[in-house]
Amino acid sequence: MEAFTTHTGRAVPLRRSNVDTDQIIPAHWLKKVTRDGFEDGLFEAWRKDSSFVLNQPERTGATVLIAGPDFGTGSSREHAVWALQNYGFKAVISSRFADIFRGNSLKNGLLTVVLEQKIVDALQELTEKDPKAPVTVDLEAREVRAEGITAAFELDENARWRLLNGLDDISITLQNEADISAYESKRPSHKPRTVQV
Amino acid sequence: MGRTLAEKVWDDHVVRRAEGEPDLLFIDLHLLHEVTSPQAFDGLRQAGRPVRRLDLTIATEDHNTPTLDIDKPIADPVSRVQLETLRKNAAEFGVRLHSLGDVEQGVVHVVGPQLGLTQPGTTVVCGDSHTSTHGAFGALAFGIGTSQVEHVLATQTLPLARPKTMAITVDGELPEDVTAKDLILAIITKIGTGGGQGYILEYRGSAIEKLSMEARMTICNMSIEAGARAGMIAPDETTFAYIKGRAHAPEGEDWDAAVAYWKTLKTDEDAEFDAEVVIDGASLAPFVTWGTNPGQGAPLSASVPDPASYEDASERFAAEKALEYMGLEAGQALRDIKVDTVFVGSCTNGRIEDLRAAASIVEGRKVADGVRMLVVPGSARVGLQAVSEGLDLVFKEAGAEWRHAGCSMCLGMNPDQLAPGERSASTSNRNFEGRQGKGGRTHLVSPQVAAATAVLGHLASPADLNDQSSAARTPAGV
Repeated sequence: MEAFTTHTGRAVPLRRSNVDTDQIIPAHWLKKVTRDGFEDGLFEAWRKDSSFVLNQPERTGATVLIAGPDFGTGSSREHAVWALQNYGFKAVISSRFADIFRGNSLKNGLLTVVLEQKIVDALQELTEKDPKAPVTVDLEAREVRAEGITAAFELDENARWRLLNGLDDISITLQNEADISAYESKRPSHKPRTVQV
Repeated sequence: MGRTLAEKVWDDHVVRRAEGEPDLLFIDLHLLHEVTSPQAFDGLRQAGRPVRRLDLTIATEDHNTPTLDIDKPIADPVSRVQLETLRKNAAEFGVRLHSLGDVEQGVVHVVGPQLGLTQPGTTVVCGDSHTSTHGAFGALAFGIGTSQVEHVLATQTLPLARPKTMAITVDGELPEDVTAKDLILAIITKIGTGGGQGYILEYRGSAIEKLSMEARMTICNMSIEAGARAGMIAPDETTFAYIKGRAHAPEGEDWDAAVAYWKTLKTDEDAEFDAEVVIDGASLAPFVTWGTNPGQGAPLSASVPDPASYEDASERFAAEKALEYMGLEAGQALRDIKVDTVFVGSCTNGRIEDLRAAASIVEGRKVADGVRMLVVPGSARVGLQAVSEGLDLVFKEAGAEWRHAGCSMCLGMNPDQLAPGERSASTSNRNFEGRQGKGGRTHLVSPQVAAATAVLGHLASPADLNDQSSAARTPAGV
């Protein structure tokens, strides 16, 4: 995974709540067997509407998504995270994310930042008025900064450490292989098995 | 202090606990399907890692599989490649796979329980958010993303922060016409699509204890629609009886040891939940959704709400958008909403009890003119069971289409889709925009409401059929 330290970019304000993963990337895109090439599927249905915010020329190249509450609800598809990243987003800000989406984003280096709704509102207002307004998401300082706005955010220290260093979870876990083997040797025999090995 | 059911199962699976780190949890059962696994197997291949525990891993094909002509090559080349990729990966890594045409093939969350692999006190994961279904057995079961699928394949563990716990207590007697689906839809509308976020839900109370295993699965299945990754129900005699004798149920001494353990899996009397919700079961009625998220629901006897009635600005805006997308007017009676398609199936309501319930309502009746009714069993085995009971004939005689097993129109990854503007009453779990096909409009309902809706052509409950003249019911044998 790519490390995330700090990022500054222009933003896309998305004033919708409950943006589910079927909206982020519709199911027919899930037939692909790779992690890339999902950018054209991002918000596919809404992008057919020329007035949709992502279609505005001044939003081209924006890298920070400022979303409504309950972003990423619904299915566990990691493709939603890949689609946002393939399109060019580096960070998403919302007052509340669905659990599975949040977990997926942090495993891929897409920083999801939780801020109070009134701060999200302020960021949306700012970037609606001024599409060029830079928004900084600083993971080292745990802070979001934009003109007239400085807001601290929380992220658990372990997740932050892994993001800052771009660490692969599997390698970290395999350092504790002895713990896994010890646990396995104690499992009761009544636990189900899919095949005899 | 005592512990909750979720805490007990969690604690029993901690491989490693260290300050400042998430717990490393052992996974007892890993279910795979074709959609969320290819990139995970690629990751293993690139790193030269094997699957650590083939004996705790099982795969099936469900999301892309056609429900017609399953003996012919799959028409959609992209779907075909995805299914072939799973077959190739399963063969290369040695994973047990139930492919299309196999008697154990079907929706992954129907397959696990039917094989007896889903057991109380186990941890179950799958790259699918409806893995919460398995919590009905007192398992800690949740959906994971593809990176986590790779992590479990490689290590049989997951690093996870322990969620909070929420009790959802349903007391009182459910009225006769109220099903598990009505109950869970009502719960989601009450607590909202984000209400369970960060929690493991535990459904408890007298109304829950009386439910069958399959009804419990319907409840736990939609925990994710309330924002919770997992929902659980304490195992009891109903659970043990359901598991006993299944292909992977413990036997002999193992059975006794298992049941002794399973009986300890109850929330202690002095345990404390982080949040509690209480619902009076007796106050419920058949429930349907009118909007584009599962929290936008109402009793069938109600009307489409007026967005202006919402105090919260974002909810008001969401309701306005939903009515626009759904083509509905505020104040319109829900019973007046006409549908084009009825879908009975999915991991929510595609089990044998669901098919029996729907069949008992359409039996001797006809699907309304202009309405298409699709009945898709949750697994090939459920389909065979239905055939042995003659349910397929009941559906076909009523004018419904009887199909092969799979996820089908729940998410329309196969050819079973709504056309733009088409409206469905669906026993599935998500009414998101475009979920069942681009521009499709979905009302979530129980199998009973689905069947009555198919007969009358508008959203209806079985009670509405009794109001019809007896002429509407075709005499037996005609």
